[in-house]
Amino acid sequence: MLLQLLLHLLIVLLFPPLLLGVITRTKALFAGRKGPPLLQPYYDLHRLWQKGFVISRTTTWVFRAGPIVGLTVPLLAALLIPFGAIPAPFSFNGDLILFVYLFALARFFTASSALDTGSSFEGMGAAREVTFACLVEPTLLFALIVLVRLSGGFSLNQLLGKHLVTSWQSAGASLLLLVIALFVVLLVENCRIPFDDPNTHLELTMIHEVMVLDHSGPAFAMILYGASLKLLVLGALLVRLLLPWDSGNPGVDALIFMAGMLGIAVTIGVIESVMARLQLVRIPQLLIGTTMISIFALVLVLR
Amino acid sequence: MMTPQEFGRIAKNPGSIALTALPVLAYSRFSELCLELCKEGGRIVAYFARPQPDRDDLELFAIIARCWEGELLILRSTIGRSFPSLTPHCPQLHLFEREIAETYGVVPTGHPWFKPVRFHRRWRAGSDAWNRGEEQPLPGEMDYYRVEGEEVHEVAVGPVHAGVIEPGHFRFQCHGENVMHLEISLGYQHRGVEQLLLGGPHPASIYQLEAVAGDTTAGHGSAYCMVLEALAGIAPSPRADAIRAISLELERLANHVGDIGALAGDVGFLPTASFCGRLRGDYLNLTAEICGSRFSRGLLRPGGVGFDLDEELAARILQRLAAIEKDTRGAIELFFDAPSALARMERIGTLNIDDAEALGVVGLAARACGLTRDVRLHYPYGGYISTYDHCVIEDSGDVFARANIRRREIYKSLHWLKQSLRDLPQGESRRELPPLAGDTLAVAMVEGWRGELVQVGITDTDGKFDRYKIIDPSFHNWSGLAMALREQQISDFPLCNKSFNLSYCGFDL
Repeated sequence: MLLQLLLHLLIVLLFPPLLLGVITRTKALFAGRKGPPLLQPYYDLHRLWQKGFVISRTTTWVFRAGPIVGLTVPLLAALLIPFGAIPAPFSFNGDLILFVYLFALARFFTASSALDTGSSFEGMGAAREVTFACLVEPTLLFALIVLVRLSGGFSLNQLLGKHLVTSWQSAGASLLLLVIALFVVLLVENCRIPFDDPNTHLELTMIHEVMVLDHSGPAFAMILYGASLKLLVLGALLVRLLLPWDSGNPGVDALIFMAGMLGIAVTIGVIESVMARLQLVRIPQLLIGTTMISIFALVLVLR
Repeated sequence: MMTPQEFGRIAKNPGSIALTALPVLAYSRFSELCLELCKEGGRIVAYFARPQPDRDDLELFAIIARCWEGELLILRSTIGRSFPSLTPHCPQLHLFEREIAETYGVVPTGHPWFKPVRFHRRWRAGSDAWNRGEEQPLPGEMDYYRVEGEEVHEVAVGPVHAGVIEPGHFRFQCHGENVMHLEISLGYQHRGVEQLLLGGPHPASIYQLEAVAGDTTAGHGSAYCMVLEALAGIAPSPRADAIRAISLELERLANHVGDIGALAGDVGFLPTASFCGRLRGDYLNLTAEICGSRFSRGLLRPGGVGFDLDEELAARILQRLAAIEKDTRGAIELFFDAPSALARMERIGTLNIDDAEALGVVGLAARACGLTRDVRLHYPYGGYISTYDHCVIEDSGDVFARANIRRREIYKSLHWLKQSLRDLPQGESRRELPPLAGDTLAVAMVEGWRGELVQVGITDTDGKFDRYKIIDPSFHNWSGLAMALREQQISDFPLCNKSFNLSYCGFDL
């Protein structure tokens, strides 16, 4: 147990920035470039951490709270979710509700701190972010309800527990739909192409990036690290659904999980390399579509 | 009805006409003829004033293109401290009239959008058109158009941008994500190029002209050389003409390929963005092979070209071009084959043909709306005479049309370039320039990669420039961009902007 706890915490603390490095490297290879080193995100965090803060005089404590909540919340969420066969350190009945609303809390603070700057760009970014979030939330909740129905439990540990292997045989179609819906959620929540472009410099087209434009130094490092944690946490849902096996050996389980996460990072990189961004007005249409998919998955297991 | 005694006519590009052959009309007759010609499909290519010695009145010139006749008509008149604006009847004059007002402190009465253009001090003493003081005006200091309302918000972008681009200020009046109105305010790059040329040509003039718009060096350089040659009454050798046209086409290729890459980057389509970035460099390097500068600095010289292109070099360029062409086609076709990329461009930022015509939009932006406007076709010059037959037209007027014009022009241009490199005429590359004729007006038009650029030189009795007017295609086309943004998503602005890719310094002069 202690070993599993240790592995879980190590993965939470050290692994996430590598995912960003893998995505960037995949994109670079597709574009015919060498790309930055895989460990570049770690160097970036180190560099940002050593810088000073620049804080606009027009802002209040809300602006400073944004990055702190933005880092704390994914950390808490990471403690609630099992990493593959390694169970979550904290688990209780109904923790899935907390899991979903932790993200809402983070979003509330990020959007508030963006509005706090009074910049018209950040206001637009906040408006876009909360609009899309309204459409992502039901997808995630319906997906979790499907898992509740299949597992009969009410905690994330049970939802993503040993039942999955048999559930794939009894309700494979539902789970496949879930995988699709959750992958879209993963892309939207982590501002990846085709929904948002994390590398763009065009303020008017940004969604998430524009909200954090005014943050600098360690605050920006917290945001970057928080973002990579979010990728890990939401990716963990997907990896467990796709690789539901337990090897019995915690070390091997951890390796399987990390390999799965790297696979997801590569997939994201490939998608970003072969697709253009969607027009902003098309995104809500697609998100309503994924909500429908997860509702349909629920209908399939309810019948 | 107009009589031939009332205007001057030039049917050559570049062409010149003695000032004595240009009758001075009363302003009322001048405006009547101007509006009549525009109604019949004429297009204002230049409209400017010059001060007269010892008199308060300004002399006003209008150069009107009748494209399908291949001729330019020149009207001349005088105006006092104020004159009735023609803009309400002929919108393509709106910037020209504001420019005259800003330069000389005269007022076009009844102008519907009367604001400064470049925010510089007026050229002569006396009153200011906006009653501003004597101090240097600040760019962007004016009243902007505003939409009031509960749910309306204003977004201001620039003059400092997130990317490494030129400065310009954009004001959006938005309803949610929808843009109701965009106002563009430029002038941050004003250097006073036209003023520097007064009393010229100076030894530095050619360098200043090459830098009017850094990405159109071959275009502005050629036009300047053509004005001087028309004034001096000589023509460069066919060989020099061919080398000039080759440099213009290489410039077009580099910019078009770069633009397609930038469009791909804006929609997040990475492979084409990266490849086109590299390929743009390859085309620039070909120019560097000819003259040692990636932006054809030093190549265009009055009387011919500064660098010859020997057979061995032509063969080497042809060989490299074959390899670059293959990569270019690959990168571009990948982009135009991706449904997700096409979905981002189709029906976005549409400029309809009527607006484009009314505003006098030129170049590839005009050709993308279905207007046939190409100097190489209507006013063939130099190396394009009898070799140019591939004017490319699209009709949807959206971002896709502007991208597709570039794609098709790239392919046509490559074909043309290979042909001319093989058939390079023999002969000298540069001729001595005789002294310039006095009291003469010369016009040169060049189809730069963005579109038609016009330069007009008027000499005094000693053959020195008394007025030199430069009109970059961006001067007309920025208004087109503002119109194309109406009822669009504000998030699509960067894409629309990139599809026009206009010059800030070419506008600001």
